[in-house]
Amino acid sequence: MSQAVKTELEENYQQLIEIIDKHKGERGALIPVLHEAQELFGYLPLEVQEVISDGLGVPLTEVYGVVTFYSQFSLTKKGEYKIDVCLGTACYVRGSQAILDRILKELDIGIGDTTEDGIFTVNATRCIGACGLAPVLMINGEAYGRLVEDDIPGIIEKYKS
Amino acid sequence: MNFYRSQILICGGTGCQSSGSIELVNTLKKEFKKHGIENEIEIVVTGCFGLCELGPVVIVYPEGVFYSRVEVKDIPELVEEQFVKGRILKRLVYHESMDEDKVRSLTDVEFFKKQRRVALRNCGVINPECIDEYLAFDGYKALEKILFEMTPDDVIQIMKEAGLRGRGGAGFPVFMKWQFAKNAIGDEKYVVCNADEGDPGAFMDRSILEGDPHSVIEAMAIAGFAIGSNQGYIYVRAEYPIAVKRLCIAINQAKEYGILGKNIFGTDFSFDLDIRLGAGAFVCGEETALLNSVEGKRGTPRPKPPFPANKGLFAKPTILNNVETFANIPIIILKGPEWFAEIGTEKSHGTKVFALGGKTNNTGLVEIPMGTTLREIVYDIGGGIPNGKKFKAAQTGGPSGGCIPAEHLDTPIDYDSLQQIGSIMGSGGLIIMDEDNCMVDIARFFMDFIVDESCGKCTPCRVGTKRMLEMLERITQGKGEEGDIERLEHLAYEIRDASLCGLGQTAPNPVLSTIRYFRDEYEAHIRDKKCPAGVCQALLSYVILKDKCKACGICAKKCPVNCISGKPKTPYEIDQDQCIKCGTCMEACPFGAIIKA
Ligand SMILES: Cc1cc2nc3c(=O)[nH]c(=O)nc-3n(C[C@H](O)[C@H](O)[C@H](O)COP(=O)(O)O)c2cc1C
Ligand code: FES
Repeated sequence: MSQAVKTELEENYQQLIEIIDKHKGERGALIPVLHEAQELFGYLPLEVQEVISDGLGVPLTEVYGVVTFYSQFSLTKKGEYKIDVCLGTACYVRGSQAILDRILKELDIGIGDTTEDGIFTVNATRCIGACGLAPVLMINGEAYGRLVEDDIPGIIEKYKS
Repeated sequence: MNFYRSQILICGGTGCQSSGSIELVNTLKKEFKKHGIENEIEIVVTGCFGLCELGPVVIVYPEGVFYSRVEVKDIPELVEEQFVKGRILKRLVYHESMDEDKVRSLTDVEFFKKQRRVALRNCGVINPECIDEYLAFDGYKALEKILFEMTPDDVIQIMKEAGLRGRGGAGFPVFMKWQFAKNAIGDEKYVVCNADEGDPGAFMDRSILEGDPHSVIEAMAIAGFAIGSNQGYIYVRAEYPIAVKRLCIAINQAKEYGILGKNIFGTDFSFDLDIRLGAGAFVCGEETALLNSVEGKRGTPRPKPPFPANKGLFAKPTILNNVETFANIPIIILKGPEWFAEIGTEKSHGTKVFALGGKTNNTGLVEIPMGTTLREIVYDIGGGIPNGKKFKAAQTGGPSGGCIPAEHLDTPIDYDSLQQIGSIMGSGGLIIMDEDNCMVDIARFFMDFIVDESCGKCTPCRVGTKRMLEMLERITQGKGEEGDIERLEHLAYEIRDASLCGLGQTAPNPVLSTIRYFRDEYEAHIRDKKCPAGVCQALLSYVILKDKCKACGICAKKCPVNCISGKPKTPYEIDQDQCIKCGTCMEACPFGAIIKA
């Protein structure tokens, strides 16, 4: 492991301690801490959960229970670009399932998976509030609307380089 | 304070941001500078106007010109014409808003004509990130009024006379909840705002938070005064970053102005607010599950009783209301309960906001007086069904609701009438479906959602919904059996009666309502192995029309599994056993000779 990576990780743990200290004593602090920790690390590996458990004085089983209950929290590392295809009702009735299927086919992965090169993770989401543009997908917060299947290869290509 | 000769309003709601409204603002600023008029025109980024379909939406005052689908490349011309030469750029004006050469007032445009903006009164009008604009529109006057002129009982009495019912779905009277919580004994009490908006096809609450966050904050303080609480929590979905950001800004501004915090307006009433983020669990929209989640636990529901009004957050008396419910409250206090009670129908007062989506020409956010019919929403406000297709059903209430067929288009919308026809008001999702949508598939879609989101605490919901989904999947795959409809119904009633919380109790509704109105579609899938709408892939076949085929061979080249064969001059044929029903051939055929059957 290179020196730079190591220090970045150490720095993250340092910041995690600060996050925990900031919320300590607040009631219901666990979920806000998990949100911020995930923001920091990109996901919530067991080691991070252990630190949180120690820091907040919440049993590890409970931390793990909460992490696995909510779909926003992830135990595995995500790709650099997160493709979220809206499967909200408005998008679904305008054909977003076909859009999702096409993306999975183009990237040759399953839903929730990350491509081997670590570039893309594909997920289905609920309404993102852009029903007027249905069907819609988001890549790292940037929305693409009024999609047809054949738009997909071009969109993916944009992020590959 | 600056004086501007013109104001340009740009929608910064999620829909319009997705279509690029923020780049517009940046380009506008540059263009204004270029012409040296940057101090003459004010740019206001607002919340949602409602017409998301036409986004990005831009309105210019004082003329009130309504421009739609404005793109960055249009900006130089727009600035030149509208602001330098003072002429309307007709090419970009929303056609509905022009009459000959005259600009029509927005309230005369079909989309807005039948609407009445109460909860959305400030959305698209003010800059949600600026408390002064909210104050200029009578903001926080209601809070001031009750603090100086009323007792908590007066406030509850106003809610009673107004007849405000919860907008989160169930329609429970607001005053009752507040009364229970006020009467409950506890050293601390809490006010919680449900902004978890779980319906997978809806965005009303999000738009209110994005467009007018202060009205929710003001109402929560009013509720705090009424029940005797000094602390509130807003539970927002983490998937709503813009709403969360604007809420944070609004709360901080209110604190700076002394409107939140200790001794508000110099009285002895104190009230503080915190935000809690959801983490992607539909069941957390259910009130007791939400309370568990705010406490930092797994979001599983609690048995009721005890009700939250007696034993809620941290086991203290708590009221929980929906975003839209709160957004109605300040204006009710200011204009009086009589004013509010006059809007709507006898038993359902006021308005309801719907997120109109799916197969209508106009989609977006609409707010209508209760009692408006579905027909008015679909055809007058929504502009009808695109591409000359036929209306098939309207879905309300999301995964807890049902589908309303064409025969009930003239039902006036209120809590009771929707319940009578097998759906619910719900939180405001309203999805229109046309003849190309398969009702069995829609039922399967919602059941799939429920199976995913069932928290697993009680067996009827965890296991029962899974069995229902399996049956629905079988049916859509052409493996349905005689008796499946009855089995579905039977199981549906068991789940409804035996589940612990509202999620399971309402989960069978989409199935029951589609069976009730579209039984023939279920039968076609089961008996004839046909999907009349042509949605269920396994039940489709693609055929080449012999008289239209010109034997060009394009379809055979495009077919990914090489199952189309033919010779020059004779019509091609598809080998049905090998066909994977991808539809590539149909799209490829230049003569329209391939159809779904
Ligand atoms: C499964 C389930 C999901 C719900 N989702 C929401 C929701 O997303 N938003 C909401 O305001 N209420 C939701 N509710 C209703 C709440 O439990 C509660 O009744 C409501 O927030 C009370 O506020 P109101 O009286 O102002 O409507 C849901 C209920 C159930 C059973
Ligand atoms: S359903 Fe996809 S954005 Fe609303």
